Amino acid sequence: MRSQKPAQRFIVASQAAVADSSLRGKIENATGRHLEQLALTRAAFAPFEAERDAARQIKHDAISRLDELLFELRTRLEKNGCKVFFAATAAQARQYVAGVARAAGVKRVVKGKSMTAEEVGLNAALEGVGAQVFETDLGEFIVQLRGEHPSHILTPAIHLSRQDVGALFHEKLGVPQSDDPQVLTAAARDHLRNVFLSADMGITGVNFAVAETGTLVVVENEGNGRLAHTMPPIYVALMGIEKVIPKLGDLSHFLEVLARTATGQKLTAYTSFISGPRRQDEADGPQEMHVVILDNGRGAMLADPVLREALYCIRCGACLNVCPVYRQIGGHAYASAYPGPIGAVVSPAIFGPPAAHLPFASTLCGACREVCPVRIDIPRLLLHLRWNATQAPEAREWPRPWRRVTRGIARFSRLARHPRLARLTGRILRTLCRPFARNGYLRRMPPPFSGWTRFRDFPTPGGRPHQPGSGPK
Amino acid sequence: MTEVRLFSTCLAEEFFPAVPEAVVRILEGLRLSVRPIRRAFCCGQAAFNEGLREQAIDLARRFVESCEPGTPIVIPSGSCASMVRVFYADLLRDEPALAERAAALRPWIYEFSQFLVGVLKVKYLGARYERAVAYHPSCHLLRELRVTNEPLDLLSAVSGIRLVALPRAEECCGFGGSFSVKFPHISAAILEDKCMQIEQSGADTVTAADCGCLMQIGGGLHRRKSRVETLHLAEILARR
Repeated sequence: MRSQKPAQRFIVASQAAVADSSLRGKIENATGRHLEQLALTRAAFAPFEAERDAARQIKHDAISRLDELLFELRTRLEKNGCKVFFAATAAQARQYVAGVARAAGVKRVVKGKSMTAEEVGLNAALEGVGAQVFETDLGEFIVQLRGEHPSHILTPAIHLSRQDVGALFHEKLGVPQSDDPQVLTAAARDHLRNVFLSADMGITGVNFAVAETGTLVVVENEGNGRLAHTMPPIYVALMGIEKVIPKLGDLSHFLEVLARTATGQKLTAYTSFISGPRRQDEADGPQEMHVVILDNGRGAMLADPVLREALYCIRCGACLNVCPVYRQIGGHAYASAYPGPIGAVVSPAIFGPPAAHLPFASTLCGACREVCPVRIDIPRLLLHLRWNATQAPEAREWPRPWRRVTRGIARFSRLARHPRLARLTGRILRTLCRPFARNGYLRRMPPPFSGWTRFRDFPTPGGRPHQPGSGPK
Repeated sequence: MTEVRLFSTCLAEEFFPAVPEAVVRILEGLRLSVRPIRRAFCCGQAAFNEGLREQAIDLARRFVESCEPGTPIVIPSGSCASMVRVFYADLLRDEPALAERAAALRPWIYEFSQFLVGVLKVKYLGARYERAVAYHPSCHLLRELRVTNEPLDLLSAVSGIRLVALPRAEECCGFGGSFSVKFPHISAAILEDKCMQIEQSGADTVTAADCGCLMQIGGGLHRRKSRVETLHLAEILARR
């Protein structure tokens, strides 16, 4: 299995996922509930569309002068007493944070939710310098107990039911079996409270970083993020370069759309504004605060005038929930910290060739663009990436059935340049297929259509025979 | 007599010839003279979606050179109409001369139901179809062209029809062009949900304005031995 190429792994993993009807049911349930809630909250907030436009405009401006804003952000953060590190790559980010942990002799790290940490593989690096890492977001805590990665950027354990979680907690935490979410949450909280009290380092992601004030904004619902950035003596914030926004006044537009789209709430339960480590006159807060600002492929997205729009993403996760593909296969099959539609857009830039096939795993239905709070034209970006991918050398190593399809379409397109010849070919095909047709359909087709007829019948070239009474007169 | 051009689309020409035939009958019934576009066969969408940009540009060139602005061009497919109206702008970014021609054609490109309701302002076509019909709004028609009510307006004016609500109608059928053969298992899983919704709706006919979706949904229903029939919108509107 390990020797399989990433594209082949995607096929195998997604085949296993669609064959797992219980997985599909769980995802269907969770995403369906989310979408209902989202529709209600949005409908109850008249200025929603205007807020989306405002948020998009701010991102557009911020991304177009990112260098300037990042410089301003760094200056303000340093003035506030933070140590700022620009990491060009995931490896640099890992080394920096692991270095801080090693230097301070950190034994226990508590993490708030951070997809960026997932992206760079931070946990393994910290464990490598002898620190024990505790995920404290409930969903992340659950997947960590299972030795898995998150399957959704917002709801990491979306692939599990409360019965699954009950069984897991019973096994791993020794609590009585239960499927009551309140009981299970209380069990996790009990378990984590002591961890918070004894941790020497806290790590969180960042939702927005305000350049003019050097304020990091973290939104969450469980309070674990707030504990992670206030209790341990060392706090590390990890953010992508695209998280910076110009002014504190810009923030309201994002807060109006983020929670409404992410969870269907008006506002998340905790919105923290972090401006630096503990000051001399303050009684609490971390003594030391580091801000790691990560590029890791984002600069390349910025340099691409089409792809740049992907940097507007505020990681609400809604595009995953509406995506017909994600809803059938879940997040793990993508083998990326960022699954789903936006994942298929950003993963090739962040993770390189191993993710180059992901833009093809979409029907281009456009439901993602419809739900996106900052109106990212995801289908357009996927198409753009498909052009790039077809040119790239790894396309030659993709699974044979895919290459056959691509070749078939190329051949068809060359033929279609000559309409007469194409129509003649069509007539020949009809004659050839007619003997095999049953009721206007073919049950089996040769490659590249064999995948089609594995699951569906294929219409006979030339169309259905006219049945008495049913065909148009 | 006013003239319209008809672009049948490769998929309909090859697999659903009854569709362009029905479109011609309907338009001629409205006293329009229909001149099919014969010098182009495919809009290039398949190549475009597959990332085969050059091949797609070749076909786009064929298309834009086969018709002139000034005469409406009717396309009985939401996705092919989207290709020409929306995606040619991206595709032809580096081909200024072609892009200019495509931009001039753009206001003359109409999806079939869009043309009937939006331009001709007709809804009643004298059709009769006495069955329970569910309408599947295809994704490109809905989200690229923003055509939402037109097909339903036309269907409601059909005598004897009983329109039934399709639950979660706006969800994709899983076709996605080459997606359906490169990821057949995912495409089929999405389709399974769609077929179940169709069967539960109580419809005995499902209709759409896009041959791609019809190929997918029809193929799925037929494999399931469903009794629900699949027809293009134009085929229903041409029934008497």
